[in-house]
Amino acid sequence: MKRLLTAQQLDKALDALYDAVTADMPKKERIAVIGIRTRGETIARRFVARLAEEYPKLSVDFGILDITFYRDDLAQRRGIPLVRATEIDFDLDDTWALLVDDVLQTGRSIRAALDALHDFGRPQCVRLGVLIDRGGRELPICADYVGKKLSAPAGQRIQVKLRENDDQEGAYVFKKA
Amino acid sequence: MSSKRRKPPRRDVRLHEEVTAEEGFVWTRKDLLGLDELSPQEILHILDTAESFKEVSTRSIKKVPALRGKVVGLLFFEDSTRTRMSFELAASRMSADTILFTSKGSSVSKGETTLDTVKNIEAMGVDVFVIRHSQSGAPHLLAKQVGASIINAGDGAHEHPTQALLDIFTIRQRLGRLAGVKVAIVGDIAHSRVARSNILGLRKLGADVTVVGPPTLVPNAITAMGCRVSHSLDDILDEMDVINMLRIQFERFGGGLFPSLREYSKLYGLGAQRLSRCKKDVLIMHPGPINRGVELTSEVADGPNSCILQQVTNGLAIRMAVLYLVSPVRE
Repeated sequence: MKRLLTAQQLDKALDALYDAVTADMPKKERIAVIGIRTRGETIARRFVARLAEEYPKLSVDFGILDITFYRDDLAQRRGIPLVRATEIDFDLDDTWALLVDDVLQTGRSIRAALDALHDFGRPQCVRLGVLIDRGGRELPICADYVGKKLSAPAGQRIQVKLRENDDQEGAYVFKKA
Repeated sequence: MSSKRRKPPRRDVRLHEEVTAEEGFVWTRKDLLGLDELSPQEILHILDTAESFKEVSTRSIKKVPALRGKVVGLLFFEDSTRTRMSFELAASRMSADTILFTSKGSSVSKGETTLDTVKNIEAMGVDVFVIRHSQSGAPHLLAKQVGASIINAGDGAHEHPTQALLDIFTIRQRLGRLAGVKVAIVGDIAHSRVARSNILGLRKLGADVTVVGPPTLVPNAITAMGCRVSHSLDDILDEMDVINMLRIQFERFGGGLFPSLREYSKLYGLGAQRLSRCKKDVLIMHPGPINRGVELTSEVADGPNSCILQQVTNGLAIRMAVLYLVSPVRE
């Protein structure tokens, strides 16, 4: 396992993502920030906390999406880890929805997330913000806001570690088992 | 040998041991045949997965594509309303297709064996079988013979795992814990697959189980499963957190196992008077169908302590979880 980003570099990437989103985000509409479990949820949570501080007048809802039921590789998996619930307990219709994930690679998770999201309502638009875009897309999906662009060979996995989930901060790369 | 000696001590520490979910645990079983073979971790994994499926039923679009393209065969060699409809709805909420088989009006009457029937239906491309059969062990036999996943929906007097799972799920939901919870199961314990699965599951998760009923319906040997036996409902009422009233099975009346329905109801039925002697927040359960006026009066069955309809609602989440867990696992 090799370190790709230090805690400081990760912080910078988070800032870059935040700045890109806030520069583009409509300030008069209802905003919905939706994190994809597990790291996307954490990033989205931090994001919402910061928005509340810097834009106190903005209407922001926070949701968590578990995309397990929408994945296209269920039949190929050998064991089934615990699925957790999706938590979107607000009206998604006509919101400006921001989907947040940690690493964007094949685009398959995002495909699943879009399907899941549309079972909950019809946002006015959906934007995608990712902390790291590492290339390697298998579907025609691209992020609207990116914290940091990296390139890593297909056989390697990039893992983001966050304080809330892993007691440390940084991004690491390792060979897929 | 006196069976009394085999009773587990009432203050056994291990009786109340709390089981917590392990991080990173993964489900690998192809079938769900009974709670006997499941580890406490596996039982918790089903309960926690069901917790996530509960949310799906609250959406305006109550459907997820998790089992899209899978076929679930519902094989009911014995009658059922709740379980069958619950499995059917669970499968459709996960976008699976279902085919239904009931032994009435089928080739079973022409003498086809259960195994042949199931193998023929499997040949049509079924991924998961949900089986109810009057013979104990029928699902276990089939699991060895067919490649599809098998879910036991009740086999003879043996096990009814999804019923026990939804009972345990409901207890955990209402009381917030399982370890140390005192549960009474009342009625025809000897012939009840619901009782057996409940005892197995509850004991694995650290609950304290007492079975109650007339001696003809409650064999003393059942203490080997780690539960206490009482032949008097009145004796144990005040200490119970949960009372699960089993259905009196009219079809067994001819056997002379108890003198009369009236006597049974008087000794083991739960009405307002007995309820007033229970803990204030005691949970009253029943796996259905209820014989109103026999094991429960309407006042109790429909009262604030009853969670009978909640059990049915939770049954859907449990069955979605079980279908989901067994179906994609293949070597």
